[in-house]
Amino acid sequence: MGSKSNKTPYWQAAPMAAVFTLFFAVPLAVIVIVSFWQYNQYSITPAFIFSNYTDIFSGCIRQLPDLCTTFATYLQTLIFCAEVWALTLVIGFALAYFLVFEVRTPTMQVVLALICTIPFWTSNVIRMISWIPLLGRNGLINQGLLALGVTDHPVEWLLYSHFSVLLAFVHLNTVFMIIPILNSMARIDRSLIEAARDGGASGWQTLWNVLIPLSKPGIAIGSIFVITVVMGDYITIGIMGGQQIASVGKVIQVQTNFLQFPLAAANAVVLLATVLVLILGLTRLVDIRKEL
Amino acid sequence: MSYRLNGNSVDRRTFLKGSAAAGGALLGAQVLGAPAVLAADGMTLRYLGTAVNQSADIAKKCKEDTGITIEYIPVTTDEVAKRIITQPNSFDMVDSEYFSLPNLIPSGNLVGMDAKKIKYADKLATVLTKGMVDGKMVGMQGTAPAKVFYLEGEHSAKFAKEQTEWITLIPTTYNADTLGMRPDLIGHEVKHWKALLDPEFKGRTALINVPSIGIMDAAMAIESAGLMTYGDKGNQTKAEIDFTIDTLIKAKKAGQFRAFWTDFNESVNLMASGEVVLQSMWSPAVTAVRSKGIKCAYPGLAEGYRGWASGFGIPKTTRGKKIDAAYEFVNWFLSGWAGAFLNRQGYYSAVPETAEEFMKPYEWDFWMEGKPAAQDIHAPDGTLIEKAGAMRDGGSYAARMGHVACWNSVMEQNEYMVRKWNQFIAA
Repeated sequence: MGSKSNKTPYWQAAPMAAVFTLFFAVPLAVIVIVSFWQYNQYSITPAFIFSNYTDIFSGCIRQLPDLCTTFATYLQTLIFCAEVWALTLVIGFALAYFLVFEVRTPTMQVVLALICTIPFWTSNVIRMISWIPLLGRNGLINQGLLALGVTDHPVEWLLYSHFSVLLAFVHLNTVFMIIPILNSMARIDRSLIEAARDGGASGWQTLWNVLIPLSKPGIAIGSIFVITVVMGDYITIGIMGGQQIASVGKVIQVQTNFLQFPLAAANAVVLLATVLVLILGLTRLVDIRKEL
Repeated sequence: MSYRLNGNSVDRRTFLKGSAAAGGALLGAQVLGAPAVLAADGMTLRYLGTAVNQSADIAKKCKEDTGITIEYIPVTTDEVAKRIITQPNSFDMVDSEYFSLPNLIPSGNLVGMDAKKIKYADKLATVLTKGMVDGKMVGMQGTAPAKVFYLEGEHSAKFAKEQTEWITLIPTTYNADTLGMRPDLIGHEVKHWKALLDPEFKGRTALINVPSIGIMDAAMAIESAGLMTYGDKGNQTKAEIDFTIDTLIKAKKAGQFRAFWTDFNESVNLMASGEVVLQSMWSPAVTAVRSKGIKCAYPGLAEGYRGWASGFGIPKTTRGKKIDAAYEFVNWFLSGWAGAFLNRQGYYSAVPETAEEFMKPYEWDFWMEGKPAAQDIHAPDGTLIEKAGAMRDGGSYAARMGHVACWNSVMEQNEYMVRKWNQFIAA
């Protein structure tokens, strides 16, 4: 091959690299820089101070074992993350399995996979708000329970609670799990499953030793989607939690509204670092590049 | 500053020549146009503000009367302040709340409005210019508009203590806020702010999650419950903020609040659905709940009201004819039609006497005098608000605005307050 073809991949990657630099790398660099600046109520001034970071964690060590605002907020967000991840994984994996191995015709597979995306035909916020008439104090479920005599007063924890946030998250994010797992599973050579069965493996053993390892890239990609969405979310937690539940995103939003941009930037950097650690941990478990 | 060239050095004549050269049809239109209105006719003003005042009907009527096209940029209260600081060139005029001014004026991005160009400058409501209703002082805690009404000079970053020629914002609307409630679900009269923290309403109250307003409602409730007396609820010390937030956290942990809201529509939904029976609320939200046929009260409470006001300002980046058009629009806005429109929504207009000319006497009596409605009361869009015989909650203008106890504010300890508020939300 000549020298010309050696450069070709760079040209091919250039447009994407340019978009990435302009709309991701540069803004991110700006955020990191601003996170060391000073600010007052109406302006930000270049500086190199760490007080924005120390403000975020002020009292966090001294207060232990009581959690400071930042730790409590992150813990809350991480708990949501773990729960949503586990639930979407189980549901997403089961649905993908059904689509790949139980549905016979490819046409039907495509049709059913598309049906999974129907919730995405309306906006995120509408999808969340539509839960409210269902789960509310005077909502359908409570009316049903009262009519059946199951309870004598409305169930309060259905809405503006940990439960309702979780429900909305799972509803919104399961499809991000289904599609990559479906993609991985569809490539599994059926003869491997037959071989497992011929070798005397039980259904669970086939699942554990054949299907799951071969679906790992899909699981990893789906997990990255779900984890990053949940970590950065504040709208779902806000609407479904009645704004009573803290999220890192909400803290950042409040700070930008009060023009405390450097503090918000420092918070964003901390959040980014947390998400990166989670993703790195995940890629340690699965080498996505190798598996693709 | 190169962009100065865009406004001042190119006069309208040169511009007309240019456009005439561009197209003969346009030339024809210009010749036919009446010279008297040329100054503003055909101008478009980008009007930044919250959706509250941005009615399509006002823009339509303004176009008919003045030829000025109003292009609304509707954003939230916080976003208005953020835009003034960060992108003053993205709009030609702004409708901002007075309480944001201590943050906005030092930035130098807003210029003083020239009182000499405002036709009704001497007739602006005294509650805003002097803090007085019928010659009596109202509560001045917080960022009262009278404290931030005048600037020392057109480009000054300092508020003047005396009346000057330069006005920070020309008032558009203002009101006295109190707690909204569902009398049908409560069953008895509520007379004090402390109801917000009363265990009787456990799990059925809501608070606004805009820290600078939410903490004021909380302080009104805490003071009413006798837990603490503030030096200035709108400018709390660190110790006062600590106590306020601690009290709120205790209430939250005890399950006092059903939800918090930030968006006007959220407060309507919370109330209309019965999730909440008593909450921080704004007057148009109360009207919105009532227009669904649901009872919603907005009574005056013993401790008084939390007042707010907003007004028109011009960013330093607005130039030339746009400034003239902005003043023309402001003068039109104060001349009565728009004021009557706002009064019928339950707000108060900046120049009451011009608004009165555009209202029927029975409307004026109901909205401003607190008298029983002689006929059915309709909103500007025709929705029935009250049947004949009803009275406005809280009564007359003097009874409502005259009992303002504190105003929406930005505290000196703002940064600390925001941090503590986040702690409350996370608790």
